[in-house]
Amino acid sequence: MTSARVTQILSSAIDGSPSAKDAPHRLVVACAQALPVTGVGLALMSSGGPAGTVAITDGVAGTMEDLQFTLGEGPCVECSSTGRPVLQPDLARTGPGRWPGFSAGALEAGIRAIFAFPLRVGGISLGVLDLYRDRAGELSDAELMEALSFADAATAMLIHLQDQASDHSELAAIEVLEDRAEVHQATGMISVQAGVAMAEALVRLRARAFASERPILDVARDVLGGGVSFAETYDDDGDGR
Amino acid sequence: MIESERLAHVFVELADTLIEDFDVVDFLQTLTDRCVELLGTDAAGLMLTDQRGGLQLMTATLERARVLELFELQVEEGPCLECFTTGDPITNIELTEAEANQRWPVFSPAAVEAGFAVTHALPMRLRGRVIGALNMFNDQQVELSDSDIAVGQAMADVATIGLLHQRNTNEQTILSEQLQTALHSRILVEQAKGAVAALAGVSPAEAFKAMRAHARRNNMTLTDVATAVVDGTLTKDMLVSA
Repeated sequence: MTSARVTQILSSAIDGSPSAKDAPHRLVVACAQALPVTGVGLALMSSGGPAGTVAITDGVAGTMEDLQFTLGEGPCVECSSTGRPVLQPDLARTGPGRWPGFSAGALEAGIRAIFAFPLRVGGISLGVLDLYRDRAGELSDAELMEALSFADAATAMLIHLQDQASDHSELAAIEVLEDRAEVHQATGMISVQAGVAMAEALVRLRARAFASERPILDVARDVLGGGVSFAETYDDDGDGR
Repeated sequence: MIESERLAHVFVELADTLIEDFDVVDFLQTLTDRCVELLGTDAAGLMLTDQRGGLQLMTATLERARVLELFELQVEEGPCLECFTTGDPITNIELTEAEANQRWPVFSPAAVEAGFAVTHALPMRLRGRVIGALNMFNDQQVELSDSDIAVGQAMADVATIGLLHQRNTNEQTILSEQLQTALHSRILVEQAKGAVAALAGVSPAEAFKAMRAHARRNNMTLTDVATAVVDGTLTKDMLVSA
């Protein structure tokens, strides 16, 4: 249903690409092609603000990402700090009062509308997907749906890239994130049991499901039922908790 | 007939939660709780559009209702989905009747199995757009009166207004921002429920109660409490009151 488009976006982003490095770039390029926008940026976020650009389309998107990084203000920064989407269909009208420095720069660069989507899974904040457009106007319902599907795909990709850093699984296996209450609750339990952050807990839950070739929902239910515990496993960082 | 004083009290309570530190998950949970109390139904649940073509269950007052509503989403058939698609209210449907079985062949037997006899679904409408639905269930074969249904629809309308509480120049933009934020808040609360359950050795449902109680006691929003749990700044001792 909902995830079919996300799966499609993910599989075309990794299609034929042997390395993880190209996937985010393919995703932003596909996003810019699928939607009536001028440029797309995918930025990583930390609690302190923008933490780097993962991928951008050619042209104005890079200027926009740099501008926000330099000024420390703008829709992407706000989107990241509040965790809310920031939809600005008419930047000239609503931007200057909100982000004076950024708006001036964006308008000068010919940008008239910005749509920034937080890439988060509840308490896990990964980054922001920024859509820039050279004309004012809202996204239609269908365009919003498409933008949200790209945001979901980007979220799954960023989670997966974290997973790769901790040396699990292959690029070919980027999966749509399962949005079920049990999965989120199990993530919370694992974070306490293993003494790790929520993002790491989700990665571990997914890795366990992948390694045991079981649906993540089944593993999550085992965690909730006490049948599976992460209290003493994966103690590879030596903190012993 | 609902006592008008009680009704007024509930709407004041809901309006009260709308003004400052609005918390969408807490608000919708309170709203469905009051819906059950006011209308004498046995369970209520509320679903919102995810703006990706689907619905997401935001809240349910009873575990068996929650399971049934998730089942409804899974099999893509049932009163909430129909109400969301058509925008029309669905009221007093007896689930054991042949009519219900024809209408929702998979959902109806599952609902009966879950112990429900009657179902109702009321649309959350906003200027020609449907953004969700309020679903209610009765265990017994009782009918909601027209005035009960009017109250239920008023509750659904309050839920819609709640999502738009920051009235602003651009309604559609605000609505999208709010809907997406609501979906993430729900996930955040689920993660925090799991963390509290592990910390305190209780079930996720009990963890949710403890978080709500902590929020009330300390005048915090549910999202604040969930965020503090996820950050690790809220400890078990602080949550579980002596």
